[in-house]
Amino acid sequence: MMIRSSDLVFDYIKRDEEGNPCGSVRALDGVSLDVEKGQFIAVLGHNGSGKSTLAKHFNALLYPSGGTVYVGDMNTMDDSHLWDIRQTCGMVFQNPDNQIIGQVVEEDVGFGPENMGVPTEQIWERVEESLRIVGMEEYRNSSPNRLSGGQKQRVSIAGVIAMHPECIVFDEPTAMLDPSGRREVIRAARALNDVEKITIILITHYMDEVVFADRVFVMDGGSVVMDGSPREIFSRVDELEHLRLDVPQVTLLAHRLRKEGIELPEGILTRKEFIKELREYISRKENVTKA
Amino acid sequence: MLRDITLGQYYQTKSPIHELDPRVKLIATFAFIISLFLVNSYVGYVIALIYLALAIGLSRVPFSYITRGMKAVVMLLMITVLFNLFLTPGELLWSFGVLRITREGVVIASKMAIRLTMLIIGSSLMTLTTTPNQLTDGLESVLSPLKVIKVPVHEISMMMSIALRFIPILMEETDKIMKAQMARGADFESGNVFKRASNMVPLLVPLFISAFRRANDLAMAMEARCYRGGEGRTRMKPLVYSSKDYIAYLVIALFMFMIIAAGRLF
Amino acid sequence: MSISAEKKMSLKLDNVSYIYESGTNMERKALENINLEISKGEFIGIIGHTGSGKSTLVTLLNGLISPSGGSIYWDGQDINDKSFDRKMLRSKVGLVFQYPEHQLFEADVFSDVCFGPKNLGLSADEVKERAYRAIKDVHLDDKYLKQSPFELSGGQKRRVAIAGVLAMGPEILVLDEPCAGLDPKGRNEILDLLSSLHENEGITVVLVSHSMEDVADHADRIVVMDKGHIVYDEAPKRVFGHVHELEEMGLSVPEVTYIMNDLADEGFAVSRDVTTIDEAVAEIKRLVER
Repeated sequence: MMIRSSDLVFDYIKRDEEGNPCGSVRALDGVSLDVEKGQFIAVLGHNGSGKSTLAKHFNALLYPSGGTVYVGDMNTMDDSHLWDIRQTCGMVFQNPDNQIIGQVVEEDVGFGPENMGVPTEQIWERVEESLRIVGMEEYRNSSPNRLSGGQKQRVSIAGVIAMHPECIVFDEPTAMLDPSGRREVIRAARALNDVEKITIILITHYMDEVVFADRVFVMDGGSVVMDGSPREIFSRVDELEHLRLDVPQVTLLAHRLRKEGIELPEGILTRKEFIKELREYISRKENVTKA
Repeated sequence: MLRDITLGQYYQTKSPIHELDPRVKLIATFAFIISLFLVNSYVGYVIALIYLALAIGLSRVPFSYITRGMKAVVMLLMITVLFNLFLTPGELLWSFGVLRITREGVVIASKMAIRLTMLIIGSSLMTLTTTPNQLTDGLESVLSPLKVIKVPVHEISMMMSIALRFIPILMEETDKIMKAQMARGADFESGNVFKRASNMVPLLVPLFISAFRRANDLAMAMEARCYRGGEGRTRMKPLVYSSKDYIAYLVIALFMFMIIAAGRLF
Repeated sequence: MSISAEKKMSLKLDNVSYIYESGTNMERKALENINLEISKGEFIGIIGHTGSGKSTLVTLLNGLISPSGGSIYWDGQDINDKSFDRKMLRSKVGLVFQYPEHQLFEADVFSDVCFGPKNLGLSADEVKERAYRAIKDVHLDDKYLKQSPFELSGGQKRRVAIAGVLAMGPEILVLDEPCAGLDPKGRNEILDLLSSLHENEGITVVLVSHSMEDVADHADRIVVMDKGHIVYDEAPKRVFGHVHELEEMGLSVPEVTYIMNDLADEGFAVSRDVTTIDEAVAEIKRLVER
């Protein structure tokens, strides 16, 4: 088991102008979920659904108001494990500019290992290896300010990999990127999962990024409202639309055709699948007509 | 505007000065500044000038590049020199109305001009040949004895390096917000001082909010990467002295000795 | 006479180029030989990847920066003429930058929306009236008027920011990536808003976007930019016919267009120039029911 949350509740404390607490807002309301080692998990939901709050619990940046969160066998409430938890479960944030500390790419990647007290020689090895994994070796001496958004996010990812985590939480890493930047980042995340066997938790509101996930959680109003494989989730187009989430165009097209009486299965995820199913439908129909 | 200032911007090239340990350069610059105020004879000035010229030559930074950065501070220099020129009492050389130039004034003003020019060139040579990172690392190391008296040396240098990282980002942001508010008819260029100051509000409020948001994000990102202050931290690029650096220290010592000797002998 | 005057309302770029840091070793050509005419009532989509020059183009449109070469005409007048009223141009060509909510600064929503019209030197009543109308136009509830803009949700903030530009009374509304960083819900709200401004208020819309689907759904003309040049300036169907060329520029076509192309490649008798879901549904129905 990589991460387990049981009945997780989190209340944001609201403060008045003098900074005195004057109420609270429930951001998470009874979230229970398990993430197995090596899985690629996607968490979907629109802004304010609680998905980023949830993510911050996996890195002990926030602590539960109720319930528990375990990272490996460490309870995040147990302060003696704080740094182990943060090292075990790394985090990539939304804004690429606001998480790069170093003024040179390689120095930024070395920041985490430096904090962990890794000996100098090993820091260099880790930096080397991490930059290679995300394909940013040739930019190692560049200033982060000269990189594209996608490249900056890859540097951030390298910075987390250099800490040798078992799990990485991506908190809307592509929300501020253009399409090519988004592709770069998602490709990197998938490679980490496939090749390095790192558990990935991807928080996003782009549906097309979750097609390859092992499991998808959909959040709304601080709770998990849907949970299943991408195919299962995408079979429920009407519910997703009700939650004001998008579905990939190919899934939507199949769904709309189904409503028009063209019997394609629900939960079509790729163009290839769509064409195969349409071809089968047409030949079925022709057979019926012939008979 | 702000980005025209080249004073102290790192100039990338390979040179013996670039390769020196930042601590050596910091101490050398410090020593040079002190020496400029110890010097009181022409021989002393000549020694300092030779020393500076030697450093510039070795640094391979084009002299024109150094002087280009000077433009920004020339006004300041002029004012200081003019004050000394006209306000020093002594043997009258020339007068016109209330303006009086004295022999002492000329001497002090020219000495001041030479000192300040060398001081500015000397210290910008340090920043021209040292990356901001090396500079903060060097500063942290040089100042580390102050930890004994509870000066937060590590925190100061971390703040410096973060500031350096975010200055270009915030400058770009300023430009963007300015354009956006101008598109809404804001006017940042006309009116008197008070009017202009109040016109800056639509620029400054969003800029501060953005800076705070960035600071908040950054703090969280640093924590997520196990940052917990300077204690127990290792370095990716620790500062290590090489033989070049020891030679440089010898040169500095020799220079200081010559300056002091010149002061006594002439 | 009046008809021809109305028809004349246009913004025309004639052989415009723009060079950054001109005359230094950092010199960069951002735009080269741009010819573009924006006429009343159009909904134009501008696409191109980051660095293609589209943001520079947008900033030129209301005279925030001046072209290094060529001329820009508003109603036949050169906007870089000394006698030209630039303040007027800024109100006629409203510019909404990326992340416009970052420009909010007033203590409450209403005052922030008033900022633009106030700068135009209108009477207090006129300013208020325009602000009210703009807030209504962006479908923001009255209860938010006296709230701090910083307490609103991301999508609401963005609508306040757009209202702030609308209150200037623009004839052309130019938006640079108005949906960047929003979730699907917020994105659809903004796109619907643009459509209603275009249809109901008759505002000319220029939408800069990365999303081919969004542009295909809304624009009636698409300008494709690459390396500082305009590569295509055609109807969406024609533009998205250039699948390979667009891909070579690092761009793509809407997913439904890919689907229809794949179907056609597989020998199905479907048209390739389909750019929206509705069209695709109709086309496949036609195929199946034949």
